Amino acid sequence: MTTRVALMATCLTDTFYPDTARAVVRLLERLGCVVDFPKGQTCCGQMHYNTGYRREAATLARRTAKAFAGHDAVVAPSGSCAGMVRDLYPGLSRLTVGVADRTYELSEFLVDVLGVTDVGAYFPHRVTYHPTCHSLRVLGVGDKPLRLLRAVRGLELVELSAPESCCGFGGTFAVKNADTSTAMLADKMRDVLDTGARVLTAGDNSCLMHIGGGLSRLSTGVRALHLAEILASTEEEPWAATP
Amino acid sequence: MADPREVVLRRIRAALADSPPVPPVVRDYEVARDVGDVLDLFAERVADYRAVVRRVRVEALPVEIEASLRARGARRLVAPVDLPGWWRGGEVVWSLDGPAHPLSVRALDRADGVLTGCAVAIAETGTIVLDAGPAQGRRALTLLPDYHLCVVRADQIVGTVPEAIARLDPVRPLTFVSGPSATSDIELDRVEGVHGPRNLEVLIAH
Amino acid sequence: MGRNPVTWLGSPAFPSAARTALADVQLRGNLAHATGTIRGKRAAAVAELPDWERLRLAGEAIKDDVLANLDTYLTRLESQVRARGGVVHWARDAAEANAIVLRLVREAQASEVVKVKSMATAEIGLNEALAEGGVSAIETDLAELIVQLGDDRPSHILVPAIHRNRAEIRDIFRATMPHAAQVSDRPADLAEAARAHLRSKFLTAKVAISGANFAVADTGSVVVVESEGNGRMCLTLPDTLITVMGLEKVVPTWRDLEVFLQLLPRSSTAERMNPYTSVWTGVTPGDGPRAFHLVLLDNGRTATLADRVGRQALRCIRCSACLNVCPVYERTGGQAYGSVYPGPIGAILTPQLGAGTDDGPTGKLLRSLPYASSLCGACFEVCPVRIDIPEVLVHLRNRTVQEKPAYDPEAVAMAAASWVMASPRRFRLAQRLLGPLRLLARGGRIRRLPWPASRWTDSRDVPAPPKETFSAWWRRTRG
Repeated sequence: MTTRVALMATCLTDTFYPDTARAVVRLLERLGCVVDFPKGQTCCGQMHYNTGYRREAATLARRTAKAFAGHDAVVAPSGSCAGMVRDLYPGLSRLTVGVADRTYELSEFLVDVLGVTDVGAYFPHRVTYHPTCHSLRVLGVGDKPLRLLRAVRGLELVELSAPESCCGFGGTFAVKNADTSTAMLADKMRDVLDTGARVLTAGDNSCLMHIGGGLSRLSTGVRALHLAEILASTEEEPWAATP
Repeated sequence: MADPREVVLRRIRAALADSPPVPPVVRDYEVARDVGDVLDLFAERVADYRAVVRRVRVEALPVEIEASLRARGARRLVAPVDLPGWWRGGEVVWSLDGPAHPLSVRALDRADGVLTGCAVAIAETGTIVLDAGPAQGRRALTLLPDYHLCVVRADQIVGTVPEAIARLDPVRPLTFVSGPSATSDIELDRVEGVHGPRNLEVLIAH
Repeated sequence: MGRNPVTWLGSPAFPSAARTALADVQLRGNLAHATGTIRGKRAAAVAELPDWERLRLAGEAIKDDVLANLDTYLTRLESQVRARGGVVHWARDAAEANAIVLRLVREAQASEVVKVKSMATAEIGLNEALAEGGVSAIETDLAELIVQLGDDRPSHILVPAIHRNRAEIRDIFRATMPHAAQVSDRPADLAEAARAHLRSKFLTAKVAISGANFAVADTGSVVVVESEGNGRMCLTLPDTLITVMGLEKVVPTWRDLEVFLQLLPRSSTAERMNPYTSVWTGVTPGDGPRAFHLVLLDNGRTATLADRVGRQALRCIRCSACLNVCPVYERTGGQAYGSVYPGPIGAILTPQLGAGTDDGPTGKLLRSLPYASSLCGACFEVCPVRIDIPEVLVHLRNRTVQEKPAYDPEAVAMAAASWVMASPRRFRLAQRLLGPLRLLARGGRIRRLPWPASRWTDSRDVPAPPKETFSAWWRRTRG
């Protein structure tokens, strides 16, 4: 039986991280899924919602629900966007209820729906994983991303000393409380650097843009890379930076 | 001027005017649970607070109490007037406190220690509860002396907090005591010994 | 009505107070050490109870029942306290509560009172009000004493002096305690110095003032949970006891304490049980104070109760677990929150209790507090009464947004963004307009952007927009 999947790329990944979305497509197709990318999608409305713009968020939620109507499973490479849809949409608008319970974050979809932890990936690098707050506490993905990473051939996984500590992104928090956000970022970067990993991975490009942006500013040489790109990498077609 | 009581009650009723009913309280937590040997657990948990704890035979209480007081070097002891007379012994000056002849605060403060029984004890948390009942006296008695020797009978020990709550009468003045007085106010680390008795010794009599 | 002292006069908005605090290296070290210690201990204390989650649910349900029937339980409490020899007073706000207490102290002919640590009396600024009335209030809790002697402000609900390490405390004691000029920085010695300093005060005080952790409606029993024994001293030795209690501290039955006496100690000091818990009912002849007054305090609580989402903040049992796990609190400390209620619970409680003070710096502070969070959710996870703090934060942010004028720059930007995002066509166009940013990039990254984006690029690079967005790629290859 083929599983039909609608990809919710998320506005940030679509705009700034197309490699991540392409990796999700490649990975899911390799695992036998048929992937669709509904054209009506834009943004889930999370930034508006979390900043207090509830009415604007409701508009975007209804639009998102409409874009994904009729799809059996919606997969997002983002714990916070999937969390927004699943946890908060029902309280925002009755018109969104259908999409909420069919939406999955990528690692959940792989482990819970497809039932795989070994996705046939190959990634010969030292990697550390940051569990993003919303994947952890809103969705409850638990150790699913770690189980997926442990099955990747060639990958050396080193754990952070305080993995569950927030990186300080927090959406508009990063600019509204930039000093506090930066202090949290500094501690997270120190933790990442102490592992000696060359790659930092997570299930959210938003947090990765924040931590990776800091690591890049300090020219640490540590790369922030979405989990999907590691899982999509194989011996035949290994991960390579887009020029 | 409006009566503050009426104003506050009116505000509450207005605030709740459109509220949906709340679901009933579900108490599916554990009231009792298998904690193994309650005496063992109680002794272990009291000791965790850095209190001294010993298990003794009921009939040997006078000897054991005397041994405790000697080890402590306590000579002037206070006790509630209804403390069993046969507990008191040794080369100790006893001052008894009771409703007819209450000891002064200064006298309590000068005493080397206080000997009492208790009402209930909780194994899981290593707690003794005083309710001003038999052999316990009023609250100040166990507060001012720096050393509190407390006799706990085996049948007074329950496993859990809910079991203890069920045995207690809240209208009596109650004091739950878990170890010697302590503070976590310096760097959030527990240090024993502030205003209450800095030394707690428990004799489990069985 | 005067201003509500729940916020400190002249406190700046959170971001700017945080900036100052973040620059204090000593403070950050002290906080990281203390919160790190307590987090690990709390997790272990909670893991011991197999029914922890069921206890949390029961705690939540009991408190929700209290709030839904608050008038019934308060009047029941009142009649029980009266029946057992106590006197009950009602106070609409801080000024009224302070006036009641001052009058009672004067009636007892005392010029000095001893105090047990109490958030309610800190919230109403009672010590300052008493001082104005010629009565000096002596804080007897060790951390409160450190704050009082250091002429400082509290920074934590449970441990108001958490921002001070042992060496700083030693210096404060040496400078202010007559007999502590040589005290060392060992915590045991510091505790001993406090004991010696306060002993005679306890033995001679005529009036004590306390707060209450719980009060049982059915029996009129009041509960104070503490560690040092200073609470027991205040509750038993003086002739007159005045207890100031927030309306929401009432619980319906004695049995309810079997839940809270498990939830509170493990959440706050991470102990199986705190050293001392005192329970008293009215006046007991021959044992303890001869006069007992209970002051029931509103001060913004009924206004908070009126908000269906926000009212869950009134479930709070003041354990501080949310502060100890909060990544923002850990960096900024408590004083940046400008109130006796810092941390995540402060960020939702202070704006609600202080609502109505919309003008000037206080209004600015109150509006900034709900944004003092990355919404990481760690606070909700540990809250013993399951207050969904992130939910209330977002709700209060929405309340702030609704009060903004239409021309507010942020509101305009947000409206524009949602207008763009509401149409796939406009969104694709906006994506194309970002393309030229590539010209600013070196090695795939942008290092500087103008304000307001500079608040991002001050500390983080931005990836250069790719040559082709994902949706463009999909259109081109899969169409």
